Amino acid sequence: MIKLLPRYVLSFILLVFLQVFILNNIQFSGYINPYIYVLFILVLPFETPKWFLLIIAFTLGLTIDLFSSTVGMHSSATVVMAFFRPYVLKVISPRDGYESETLPQLRYYGASWFIRYSVILILIHHFFLFYIEVFRFTHFFATFTRAVLSSIFTIILVLISQYFYRKDTRR
Amino acid sequence: MRSLLNFLLRIHFLLLFILIEVFSFTLLFNNNNFHKARFVNFTRQFAGNFYIKTTNLKQYLSLVEENKRLAEENNRLLNIIESTYKSDEIFFRSVNDTILNQRYQYTSARIINNSINKKHNFLTLNKGSQQGLRPEMAVVSNGNIVGVIKGVSRNYATVISVLNLDLRISAKVQKNGYFGSLNWKGEGYQTAILNEIPLHADIQRGDTIITSGFSTIFPEGILIGFIKDFEEKAGSFYEIDVELSTDFKRLNNVNVIGNLLQAERKELEKQAEKND
Repeated sequence: MIKLLPRYVLSFILLVFLQVFILNNIQFSGYINPYIYVLFILVLPFETPKWFLLIIAFTLGLTIDLFSSTVGMHSSATVVMAFFRPYVLKVISPRDGYESETLPQLRYYGASWFIRYSVILILIHHFFLFYIEVFRFTHFFATFTRAVLSSIFTIILVLISQYFYRKDTRR
Repeated sequence: MRSLLNFLLRIHFLLLFILIEVFSFTLLFNNNNFHKARFVNFTRQFAGNFYIKTTNLKQYLSLVEENKRLAEENNRLLNIIESTYKSDEIFFRSVNDTILNQRYQYTSARIINNSINKKHNFLTLNKGSQQGLRPEMAVVSNGNIVGVIKGVSRNYATVISVLNLDLRISAKVQKNGYFGSLNWKGEGYQTAILNEIPLHADIQRGDTIITSGFSTIFPEGILIGFIKDFEEKAGSFYEIDVELSTDFKRLNNVNVIGNLLQAERKELEKQAEKND
């Protein structure tokens, strides 16, 4: 497990970079703003202690926040997502559970499982984030649309990233 | 203690989650002006509602005080309005001396005793000679007639209510000025009888009856009531049932009107009678 550490540190830095310097500057038609950094929480090992999950989520969210001057917003949303991760994993677990030495990634459990897993958590994260951002329930449906469209884009990016991983490991 | 620790250990995930979320929100509210404003706004609205409720309660509890204050304010204002002063027209000189020209003086009083069910009803006021009340001052409530002061002690005054067989008031029909004498017939606190209105006077139900101002007690135009019914009496006069506009059952604060020129006028009228 410890051998994974450098990889995760690297992907942490990479994802924050990608998010802050590229994706935060993309706003398709004022609606869509994908948040790829949640991928980091998605692909953490199954064995990650729950408390560590929360702390790492908070750290990640706060890092994003500090770069986009929205202190507290991304961190709260990411922590919510991390909080739900163990329950979602439990609900959608395969019949014979998760094997050791595997990661919650597409190459281990297949596209169908991974899509279900990531869609649920990304929706949780995005809805929380967008409603915290507007912080009111007027314009409920405008916020709803933004959250859904952004989620779709994030999901697409997350899925693409899975194929990168795949090539990467086979090499 | 041990089970408590076990319990805390069991829910450490949830606790940590709540802790971190609270911390995140604290950061959010402290660092983002928009969210801070929204949050403060919300709490203020909540607190505001609460404050409104308590203020309403406080206001209700201080109504007595407030009423007293308003009654005093009313007196002050009534004392300075134009109609309290003699019109300048009747003078050959036109000097605007308000002290000299003031004809009626108002003061407020509270009724501390009242009856309506006897044949000779009296009221008691909480002010007396020390506060400037004298016999034969008029007592009104909101511009509606109440009675006449009969006697005063140092701190109290008794008022002959309109509901007293002995009290006769000079009254007139507002629209055409026919005047007569009004007194209570002794039954029902809501009606009195107006006599001596000639048959050729044009009167209808609902017409307003006011004081005539012929007596030295009441100023002209104090509301007495409205014509409820009328019939011809033997002779050439109407007997008119007047529905009193004053609700004697719930009188509380009244105004006392003193006629500053009463003595002068009485003196003159006595002289005229004497000379007759």
